Amino acid sequence: MSGLEQWNWFLDGWIIVAGILCAISTALLGNFLVLRKMSMLGDAITHAILPGLAAAFMISDSRSSLPMFVGAVIAGILTALFTEWIRSFGKVDEGASMGVVFTSLFALGLVMIVQAADHVDLDPGCVLYGAIELTPLDTILITGWEIPRVVVVLSVVLLINLVFVIFFLKELKLSSFDPALASTTGFNATIIHYTLMTLVAITAVASFETVGNILVVAMFVVPPAAAYMLTDRLVSMIVLSAILATIAAVTGHLGAITVPRWFGYHSTSTAGMMAVAAGLLFGLAALFAPRHGIVIVFVRRQLLSWKILAEDIIALMYRIEERDPLQKPDAAYLRDILFSRPFPTTLTLRYLTKQGLIAEINGNYELTETGRDRARQLVRSHRLWEHYLVEHAGMSAENIHKQAEQLEHFTDRQLREKLNEDTIDTDQDPHGSPIPPEDEVR
Amino acid sequence: MRAFALVFLFASLWPNCFVLGAIDRSEIQTQQSITDRSISIPEWKDWKRVFFLEDYNTRIVILGTTLLGMSAGMIGSFALLRKRALMGDALSHATLPGIAIAFIIATSFGLNGKSLPILLAGAAVSGLLGIAAILLIRNLTRLKEDAALGIVLSVFFGAGIALLGIVQQMRTGHAAGLESFIYGKTASMVASDAWLIGSAGLTCMLISILLYKELTLLCFDEGFAISRGFPVVLLDMTLMGLVVVVTIIGLQAVGLILMISLLVIPPAAARFWTEKIVNMTVVAIILGALSGMIGSAMSAIFPNLPSGAMIVLVATAMFLFSMVFGIPRGILIRKLRRHQLNLKVNRQHLLRGLYEFLEARGLLNEKQTAESTFVPISTLLQMRSWSPAKLKKIVKRAQREHLVVALQEDQIRLTKAGLLEATRIVHEHRLWELYLITYADVAASKVDQDADAIEHVLEPEVIAELETLLVRQSTQGVLQSPHAIEIQQENANRSQPGSRRST
Repeated sequence: MSGLEQWNWFLDGWIIVAGILCAISTALLGNFLVLRKMSMLGDAITHAILPGLAAAFMISDSRSSLPMFVGAVIAGILTALFTEWIRSFGKVDEGASMGVVFTSLFALGLVMIVQAADHVDLDPGCVLYGAIELTPLDTILITGWEIPRVVVVLSVVLLINLVFVIFFLKELKLSSFDPALASTTGFNATIIHYTLMTLVAITAVASFETVGNILVVAMFVVPPAAAYMLTDRLVSMIVLSAILATIAAVTGHLGAITVPRWFGYHSTSTAGMMAVAAGLLFGLAALFAPRHGIVIVFVRRQLLSWKILAEDIIALMYRIEERDPLQKPDAAYLRDILFSRPFPTTLTLRYLTKQGLIAEINGNYELTETGRDRARQLVRSHRLWEHYLVEHAGMSAENIHKQAEQLEHFTDRQLREKLNEDTIDTDQDPHGSPIPPEDEVR
Repeated sequence: MRAFALVFLFASLWPNCFVLGAIDRSEIQTQQSITDRSISIPEWKDWKRVFFLEDYNTRIVILGTTLLGMSAGMIGSFALLRKRALMGDALSHATLPGIAIAFIIATSFGLNGKSLPILLAGAAVSGLLGIAAILLIRNLTRLKEDAALGIVLSVFFGAGIALLGIVQQMRTGHAAGLESFIYGKTASMVASDAWLIGSAGLTCMLISILLYKELTLLCFDEGFAISRGFPVVLLDMTLMGLVVVVTIIGLQAVGLILMISLLVIPPAAARFWTEKIVNMTVVAIILGALSGMIGSAMSAIFPNLPSGAMIVLVATAMFLFSMVFGIPRGILIRKLRRHQLNLKVNRQHLLRGLYEFLEARGLLNEKQTAESTFVPISTLLQMRSWSPAKLKKIVKRAQREHLVVALQEDQIRLTKAGLLEATRIVHEHRLWELYLITYADVAASKVDQDADAIEHVLEPEVIAELETLLVRQSTQGVLQSPHAIEIQQENANRSQPGSRRST
């Protein structure tokens, strides 16, 4: 059923370690890209390193890592520079200038690679979606341990990024949220910006040959975005993004081994599945985040609208009773006046009955004693507000109803008393209806 | 600078290509990978074949890419102005899983999985899903558009890669062709594909011509469009739908990574040549057509150059050219205009300095004395924050324009024309000062600086208006300065060249 019986701690273990290292080091920097609204720069830089690789190969005529690394990092930094130049000198919209720069560089890289092709094992496919599966095959000896080269490189990058983020947290924070203030407080936001860009380029280059561009882009954006949904604090966002990136890396690899087997295939691209896993985590975070999640926001809004409907219903019943104490409205009558839809109205009426605020007699409704108290307070709030708006806000009597209708739901006893004190004592609202007393005199 | 860098890089590598190509030609492998190619120098008959479109296949390919470039240029103009340039990027990446799934489904139903319409239909569906995801993330969460683009782009593309990994293991039908959608493979275009591209592209162009006014309004003033009762959401959707269609028909030619460049680069280049959207669209169509045509022609002449990359590089070359040389928004023309303005400002400052010097000594009443009095340069130097070298340059230029005459190195006087010009300038300066004092409540001590900022760009009509507005107090001639002017004596050696006046 699953591919786990072929699990090999040496192979799969190192693959997962490489994935985790890459994911964390990219996600660390990604937080600041997301906060600075530059998420697409990760995409641009990772595409644009291609000509750097090719140029480095052509110049050094070797496939040793260092020149290629340097070449790619330079190309990455140039992308950020070119984008900025075209934006400022050419007065081109930032998104467009980024699009121009990275596609041009990528195309240049493709053409250059064609020239270098017969010498170099530089497959653009490999650049794009990597060969993380080959991680354990290329090892070096460190103090007697055989460790994949990639793991060593990524560990160093992770360390650099970690040090950068920890030591410059304050500067990064300030320059991400308020670059102008950052400059006035005496450190140069531009330097921080380009340091960040350099590290983004280094991280992208270090990661690309293992996990490929696409995972780098995913890890730059997706875990930080998910963390941003979950928290309002920068430090917890960074920590969360690292945790999410780790989970995505582990589940991504497991998914790459197991999921295709359900359909009768072998494993598939680990990097691709890691991106998908990160996407799923983001989906979960976006939907179910405790404060900013789509579901909770929706529920909150729905509950509020029901609460308002309930209050509107009892206030309306109070007014009906006020006019004609014998009239007992039914659901259809209430709906007609409130313009509410049948389902929420029925539901709310049932809720109000259960709460003991209204009572049902043969399909007609009347206020109970507690319901009448609550309704009186609402109507009092409404009419006090109307009074106040005319008297102090200088609004004409025709326009105030709607305002008061909104305000009445958020007015407590204290505020009512204050309103009462601030308005000239009167028993009538501007329309001539009586303002009911706070507590009924029996 | 960047232009030089790119051109240099390009130029320095170009000879290499041929050398490498010549050596390696014998070793070309047959494996299907874009890395396994090299360049050879084409012979005359190759050039002729492409230029005169003798080859049926070449004709098809060039026609297809040209039409693609045209429609992408047109749709891209709107997308660019609507600041949606990068949405095309996310969108084109998002098509990959659709292509893979379409292939899987088609093959499992026994159809030809590689037939273009099926794959493009899959691409369209997943592209639209991608756009929907972007809109949902942007509208329902606290994340901004850039993050939404990044998420959709990477996750969809990752899913596509994972699906391609599965497709490659399918026993039915080898899927090698699918990867050509990533980098594009123009050479594989057949007549029916060109027809598909052409008809879809022309339909897109037709739709955007019909909706020209509405789309323009959408790009420039969404709020106004809403208030006029245009269905803005529907229009926005239409625009994005057009982007989807153009992206998808471009997948085969330039590939999904580079497709965005056809949508962005020609319109961005066109932007340098015009201020009007109609012209911009037309220029973008032309540039798009040219890049499609030249790019695919080059890849036909040099058979091993990847066509998608060549199309993009041609477009980039046009972009760089436009950015540097474009009129009226290119870099050079803007620099030139600024330079000319600086020259004018300096000349006017020099003349005004001379005039005020003469005025302070009461030498202006007699034209003869005004024109024969020499003013030492050292005095002028103290009137503004000029360096001696700069002042010398300014004086030389004024001399060439016959506004001043220099006696020796350090003495100059106004010519007749110079005096006339100086009179006019001083008059305009003071008019503006007076206006600022009377109408803008600027303090008399500060007004000189404020007037400095604007006097050089006053139009004649504005001057006339100022004249009537400020009812000439001194009936004729030059206005008196509304504030005290302090000019240093020739021998006074005060060391504050910048502060020429104080009140």
